[in-house]
Amino acid sequence: MIKVENLVKSFGAKHAVDDISFSVERGEVLGFLGPNGAGKSTTMRIITGFYPPTSGRVTIGGFDIVDDPLPAKRLIGYLPENAPGYADMTVHGFLGFAADLRGLKGDAKKKAVHTAVETCFLEGVLYQTIDTLSKGYKHRTCLAQSIIHDPDILVLDEPTDGLDPNQKHEVRALIKRMGEKKAIVFSTHILEEVEAACTRVIIIDRGKIVASGTPRELKARSEFAGAVRFATRSANAATLGAKLALLAARTEVLSEAGGSTVMRAYPRERGGNGAFVGSIAELARSQSWQFDEIHVEEGRLDEVFRSITLPDTVKGAH
Amino acid sequence: MNARNNIIAIMKRELGGYFTSPVAYVFLVIFLLLTGFFTFTVGNFFERGEASLVSFFTWHPWLYLFLVPAAGMRLWSEERRLGTLELLLTMPITTWQAIVGKFLASWIFLILALALTFPVWITVNWLGRPDNGVIFAGYVGSALLSGAYLAISCMTSAMTRNQVISFIVSVVLCLFLILAGFTPVTDLLVRWANPSVVQTIAAFSVMTHFEGFQRGVLDLRDIVFFVSLIGFALFTTGVVIRGHRAG
Repeated sequence: MIKVENLVKSFGAKHAVDDISFSVERGEVLGFLGPNGAGKSTTMRIITGFYPPTSGRVTIGGFDIVDDPLPAKRLIGYLPENAPGYADMTVHGFLGFAADLRGLKGDAKKKAVHTAVETCFLEGVLYQTIDTLSKGYKHRTCLAQSIIHDPDILVLDEPTDGLDPNQKHEVRALIKRMGEKKAIVFSTHILEEVEAACTRVIIIDRGKIVASGTPRELKARSEFAGAVRFATRSANAATLGAKLALLAARTEVLSEAGGSTVMRAYPRERGGNGAFVGSIAELARSQSWQFDEIHVEEGRLDEVFRSITLPDTVKGAH
Repeated sequence: MNARNNIIAIMKRELGGYFTSPVAYVFLVIFLLLTGFFTFTVGNFFERGEASLVSFFTWHPWLYLFLVPAAGMRLWSEERRLGTLELLLTMPITTWQAIVGKFLASWIFLILALALTFPVWITVNWLGRPDNGVIFAGYVGSALLSGAYLAISCMTSAMTRNQVISFIVSVVLCLFLILAGFTPVTDLLVRWANPSVVQTIAAFSVMTHFEGFQRGVLDLRDIVFFVSLIGFALFTTGVVIRGHRAG
């Protein structure tokens, strides 16, 4: 539904977006990750037709966003960064206006506004003006605007920014639910959000895609991925370390207190599919160690994110 | 059909925006107070002893000079400041539909303010027997004049997210359009420049073209002048908005 090819956007000499390509199909939720100023919002503004690209092509449901903007824009619902809204309008008036511009009339309009209000839990503030709303309500009002015409494509720039934990959870669930029938792109810097809602992730940094894959694939790139973490009272850290040295690439003592030792052992090879934990279990049996706790780490997205984007940011600072 | 619906939706919102905030009421009250003050006190309406609205219309270019930019300064700068510009221009509408819709809404508002001066018209009809054709022409001219100023305010409003800057720049531009054909100024200019040059400059002035309307003449050339001024300023607005997005 969304196809982005070799997209470049420069502001003066600076490349805000530098040769980005990806595509999103119906039923996919694409998470856009990246540090501030990485080019997430700029990319979204190009996709939605607000900025014309410097070069490259964006097609929305087959329509070129530059050459054929109106049919392309009809397919998109867009929540811009910071969820703007007309300060002096009521929530009801604002959603009515959005429905008007989407060509909805009469009963269809009434129904669309009603559904959007219900989906985004806005009943309580329907006749309040937008400037009197709290940040969470303001955000949801703008989100309601983006889904009012039940679009095939949703582009959401930081949809959970400024929401409280319950609202964040609601919005994530909403994105996941809608993602079954729509093509969704959303940006965030909350990593748990990506795990909770996305089918695919793209990490961009300084205008370029630096990583992409499913959340699981990305997590597997973490140095923790596949490591085994366990707690035991049967032996001290030194004995454990010595025995495990035969199996593991290295071990790490996480804590040693009250007779209980918590350790993490890293496998020699990545992607052993449980072979490593199996061999540890075998060793434990032969040594008759009792584990209070043992599990294989999946890897952590924040660690992957940092390892991918941090060196660049630091380099960029010099 | 679609274009019309989009323009109407934008007009409705914009007009609603005037009346849900105190802006509209403050504007209307001040406009009516000032027109009354200038017509009756400064313009010596009664002492003139003639049944006409000359003392009423004479002041319009000066009154509009400050009031129209005040009404138009928020049109685009507010959208940019709030970030709603992004919302508006990613809707399935064209930029010119947004420009025209916003302009028309504000113009209707200004024409409404002008229409509310009807007591002046009643007064002059009650006191004497004026030529209502001349008065009608005056109203048409005044409406076109406010439209021209408004289009310029639209343009300056699109240039900045700061309403104060937008206001000042449009006042200066409108002032230029007045002074280029304001008799005391042209009399001065004639001393230095070739009279034909002065005349050419004066031809760009709203004063030169507004005069005809005040005398009751609906000259096509004057109408074309105002309409093309509006068209030019709105076109420039479109260019400015596109420029922002192109980066």
